[in-house]
Amino acid sequence: MGKVYKYADNVDTDVIIPARYLNSTDPAELAKHCMEDIDASFASNVKKGDIIVAGANFGCGSSREHAPISIRACGVSCVIASSFARIFYRNAINIGFPILECKEASERINGGDEVDVDFSSGIITDKTTGETFKADVFPEFINKIIKSGGLLAYLKEKVER
Amino acid sequence: MGMTMTQKILAFHAGLPEVKAGDLIEAKLDVVLGNDVTTPVAIKVFEDAGFTKVFDKDKIAIVLDHYTPCKDIKSAQLCATARNFAKKHEITHFYDVGRVGIEHALLPEKGIVGPGDCIIGADSHTCTYGALGAFSTGVGSTDMAAGMASGENWFKVPEAIKVTLKGKLKKYVTGKDVILHLIGLIGVDGALYKSIEFAGEGVSELSMDDRFTISNMAIEAGGKNGIFPVDEKTMEYIKGRFTREPKIFKADDDAHYEREVVIDLDALEPTVSLPHLPSNTKTAKEVSGLEINQVVIGSCTNGRISDLRAAAEILKGRKVAKGVRCIVIPATQEIYMQSIKEGLTEIFIQAGCAVSTPTCGPCLGGHMGVMSEGERAVTTTNRNFVGRMGHVKSEVILASPYVAAASAVAGCVMTPEGLKEE
Repeated sequence: MGKVYKYADNVDTDVIIPARYLNSTDPAELAKHCMEDIDASFASNVKKGDIIVAGANFGCGSSREHAPISIRACGVSCVIASSFARIFYRNAINIGFPILECKEASERINGGDEVDVDFSSGIITDKTTGETFKADVFPEFINKIIKSGGLLAYLKEKVER
Repeated sequence: MGMTMTQKILAFHAGLPEVKAGDLIEAKLDVVLGNDVTTPVAIKVFEDAGFTKVFDKDKIAIVLDHYTPCKDIKSAQLCATARNFAKKHEITHFYDVGRVGIEHALLPEKGIVGPGDCIIGADSHTCTYGALGAFSTGVGSTDMAAGMASGENWFKVPEAIKVTLKGKLKKYVTGKDVILHLIGLIGVDGALYKSIEFAGEGVSELSMDDRFTISNMAIEAGGKNGIFPVDEKTMEYIKGRFTREPKIFKADDDAHYEREVVIDLDALEPTVSLPHLPSNTKTAKEVSGLEINQVVIGSCTNGRISDLRAAAEILKGRKVAKGVRCIVIPATQEIYMQSIKEGLTEIFIQAGCAVSTPTCGPCLGGHMGVMSEGERAVTTTNRNFVGRMGHVKSEVILASPYVAAASAVAGCVMTPEGLKEE
């Protein structure tokens, strides 16, 4: 369970992790500046297990994998959005970071709510309001990548088969 | 049911007779690309997973273009990591300072990518090569690592939006205006998860440089790729550059498109995107007079020779306005040399521009033109998000090289025609 940080549509990768910090690849260093240009206090306030809830097209813009890496390194347990930009979506799956597409949850959950997510069923529970939502399920192939622990682990298994 | 051009290329590379939108496939890759920001992350993923060999040293391109010539010690470390990897694995297409160009101008110029190819790049503007009739899309560093290890990757076969182009562009209206107009029309997620397929008689009126600019910004509409049919102009462009056999694919007549958009090229005006989304479009005329502090002419979107020619046409015999900094960045060494031969570089310097070696630098607020609080720029780059070119309270207005150059002279947003009237 975690506290929700809520953002609007089109949260781009430049605000998730500004390019001025991309001269580092260290997750802990990136985490210090996560969301800096949209929410300057985010990185210092966020706690392990907290959840980002956003509108449409989350993670649009550049291909920088530093974006999901920095969010994960902050301790965020998952991102719920009504839709994700496709490169961010791929990157999150490829590094095994949980993301959930759910329009209703994105609209109904408020910033500061306490939310619980059951990843196996895709059930999202807003403990503050008592509402529950069901996220879209991943296709079987993508589940395989997630179960393997990411794309490279999946690839290793495939090569070894 | 018929297939779109993108679907046909994906089916070919997956070794399947046909694919349909929504299918998850694994396709063979012709080129895997990375730059100095994304490659070091990919190398770590590649090595941590225990891979020791790349699938094909001739099919990987590593281009050190973002923070180069290195702006600080940390970026120098990133370049060193990429450089050592390229040396260790004898990467054929490795480009470093002095030979490097901005990746998406460089790869077509060097003939590394061509028609019918399936390409991934750990840079979102990898969609540029759709101009050559290739399937080409931006991915992350883990995807790059997987591509380098196996020569394959997974794709969800996209639905398509057909963009039919009619007529011919007027003087001072360019490919940049076409793509900004389209993004304004469909929005920054208008093509999310989809391919944008350009068609219609208007295509043949567009130069290759215009097509590169248009495909380049497909990502700003959320698109997976933006692809043009292969025609005589494509074949003329790849002559003497691309040495592999081009594979030419055409969309079936009964291909399914989720949506069709028609753009009348004759009706387009010089267009700009106001802060802070590329979809926030107006005609340049509507917002002319808006004061600026900086102009950047360059980037993977608009740093090609025709872009420099357009800028020079405006700047010739004129001066950059007092209080405005104008930075011109030829996208590759070949373009830089051509700019010198044609006398364009001299025009820029006489007008009071700073001319730089190829780099992505200011486009992403990296270096070579970062803005302070409250400043505003007109740029030929591709993104105007909050903080994109520097301080979180600085602003970027996207425009064509014509409008950017005219704005540099006027000291405010200005069209070339507006400049003449002054």
